[in-house]
Amino acid sequence: MKKSMIFLAVWLLLCGGIVRAESAEPSSSPAPSVEDIVARANRTAYYQGLDGKSKVQMTITDKQGRTRNREFIILRKNTPDSDNQKYFVYFLAPADVRRMVFMVHKYAAPDKDDDRWLYLPNLDLVRRIAAGDKRTSFVGSDFLYEDVSGRSLVEDEHQLLRTTEDSYVIKNIPKKPDTVEFAYYLVSIDKATYMPMKMEYYDKNDALFRVIESQKLERIKAVEGQQEVEYPTVTRSVVKDLRTGSTTEMVFSEVRYNIGLTDDLFTERYLKRPPKEAMR
Amino acid sequence: MSRRATVVLMLAANLMVWTAYGQEEGAASEGLFSPPQLNGFFELRGGYRLQNDRYEKDMSVMESRLQLEASTFTDWADFKFKGDLFGDAVLEQGDFDFREGWIFARPSDAMDIKIGRQILTWGTGDMLFINDLFPKDWQSFFIGRDVDYLKAPSDAVKAGFFTESLNLDVVYTPQFDPDRYINGQYNSYWNNNLGRRAGRDAYVSTERPNRWFYDDEIAARLYRTFDSYEVALYGYHGFWKSPAGQTPAGRATFPDLNVFGGSVQGPLAAGIVNAETGYYQSADDENGGNPRINNSEMRYLIGYTQEIAADFTAGVQYYMEQMLDYNAYQRSLPGGTAARDEFRHVTTLRLTRLLMNQNLQLSVFAYYSPSDNDAYVRPNIRYKATDNLLLETGANVFMGKYPHTFFGQFEDNTNLYAAVRYSF
Repeated sequence: MKKSMIFLAVWLLLCGGIVRAESAEPSSSPAPSVEDIVARANRTAYYQGLDGKSKVQMTITDKQGRTRNREFIILRKNTPDSDNQKYFVYFLAPADVRRMVFMVHKYAAPDKDDDRWLYLPNLDLVRRIAAGDKRTSFVGSDFLYEDVSGRSLVEDEHQLLRTTEDSYVIKNIPKKPDTVEFAYYLVSIDKATYMPMKMEYYDKNDALFRVIESQKLERIKAVEGQQEVEYPTVTRSVVKDLRTGSTTEMVFSEVRYNIGLTDDLFTERYLKRPPKEAMR
Repeated sequence: MSRRATVVLMLAANLMVWTAYGQEEGAASEGLFSPPQLNGFFELRGGYRLQNDRYEKDMSVMESRLQLEASTFTDWADFKFKGDLFGDAVLEQGDFDFREGWIFARPSDAMDIKIGRQILTWGTGDMLFINDLFPKDWQSFFIGRDVDYLKAPSDAVKAGFFTESLNLDVVYTPQFDPDRYINGQYNSYWNNNLGRRAGRDAYVSTERPNRWFYDDEIAARLYRTFDSYEVALYGYHGFWKSPAGQTPAGRATFPDLNVFGGSVQGPLAAGIVNAETGYYQSADDENGGNPRINNSEMRYLIGYTQEIAADFTAGVQYYMEQMLDYNAYQRSLPGGTAARDEFRHVTTLRLTRLLMNQNLQLSVFAYYSPSDNDAYVRPNIRYKATDNLLLETGANVFMGKYPHTFFGQFEDNTNLYAAVRYSF
């Protein structure tokens, strides 16, 4: 009896393994490695095209239902042959930050801090900002700086937790846990587009405390080289802070790729007077 | 009209034609203005002295203010107007403060130009200025108006020239724009002639250089970046921006001043370091022998800012002024006058803490001079009640061992203020 139970258990395990392998690879092509998956997802989420522009409507809703709004234009430019990027955030609302500009030169190397500037138009002041903690709130919302500009892949260990019909679920464990507020986070990556669709942050007690969801995915037409391409793009992203009950929604509109942004746009000259063409 | 004025106007007209011409093709709505954008705020602000001041009212600031801003653009230029209408209970008058009125054009990839009334800033100091010789409004700063008012407008032409390796800004101000200096209207101050503090009983009377195109100012900045470090050289030809001399009859003057300096700013450890220096050549008194005119000076500044916790930033600065002809100054000083020190040392500390989703900001900025034995502390709390409504309170605290030092003279102006602002 005991022997037959063990036999049954082993048989079930083997079957289970086979079934799982089949569901993961219906086309029987070799499974991408976890490093390939996260690298591709990172490119898709933060590096599509050579450059990009988008208008962002942000709504922050606290647990009592009170809302605050932010509206800004974001320009992004990749650096060829590197993961460095330049960002330009031009605020349209609310009134007290209108025409302020936040600029970032983001460096992929983990030992080099990003360069950040803030332009205050009423004082005509370009303020250099200390690099600071990337896991602090972006403009008072539930999004963090790192959610907006991306978290370096080398900061976490990546494990492929499971593969479902349409997504890879990756567990990310920080290499320096004392520098972040989470113990680990799970990312569900859409198999078809490699877009991260859901990110779930857990604390030390395995309790979920923060969720980011890509709620709307659109295909944005663009030209790459001579070719027409379509970039899958998240046009509505929502983060929920389960501890505070606060929610922030970002809706992206007027999304354009490969519009020919040049490096000189990301300098003090344009910080003081943004490029009109790109702002319209 | 003087010949120089004619030349400048002709150049400006030429430039406008040139920029319009350069942008002609592809201009669907040429000559048409975009629908103007209107913004602004309405504000109530009041403050009181925390002690009796023999020479000023108890109220330090008491005003209602409406700021209106209109901007528009065409294919070839941007336009902006900004002005404040305010009722001022301290001076018992209504007033209009024309803040900005300019036209901006980008005639080529290598050039920007901005003509008109504008706010100008450069340099690396935090509330300390060496190579920034654009007008400051010390009255507003000390009575507790919004910190934006520290900068007073200039009537100027600013041209920027940009190349791959080097950028140049040149600012020409055809008629000297002085600081809005402490003159006794809002703040009591040390009056050297009277040998005591004074205020509404003795407004500072000045002889301001005011001839167009003769009493002019020119400021230039040459700058570039090396990796993450911003390096700049500066030059200025004009006048001391606040009174720095006296006529024999005792009227305050703005003697000639040339300034040459440099600055560097960039990352260091987890923060940002900045260093700046400037040589102040007091051109009306180059050997320092005239006791009624400021000595030439060297000024130095070094600062460091770092985020010390999430949403909590700290900045420190050390600043020094060195009189360059101190012996001559001492020899020529009339008996009984309080002498300045050869070296004036100032340290500053800034702490900024953001709370409640960055809607509440607690901050303090403090100046302390170990050589003058005086200090100026600016605590401030601001709360964004909604996206449009800002509540603010703060204080300006002056302390000093002596009644004649830079901050010590303002001791009786120590005040507490509060404000409500609705932005639209």
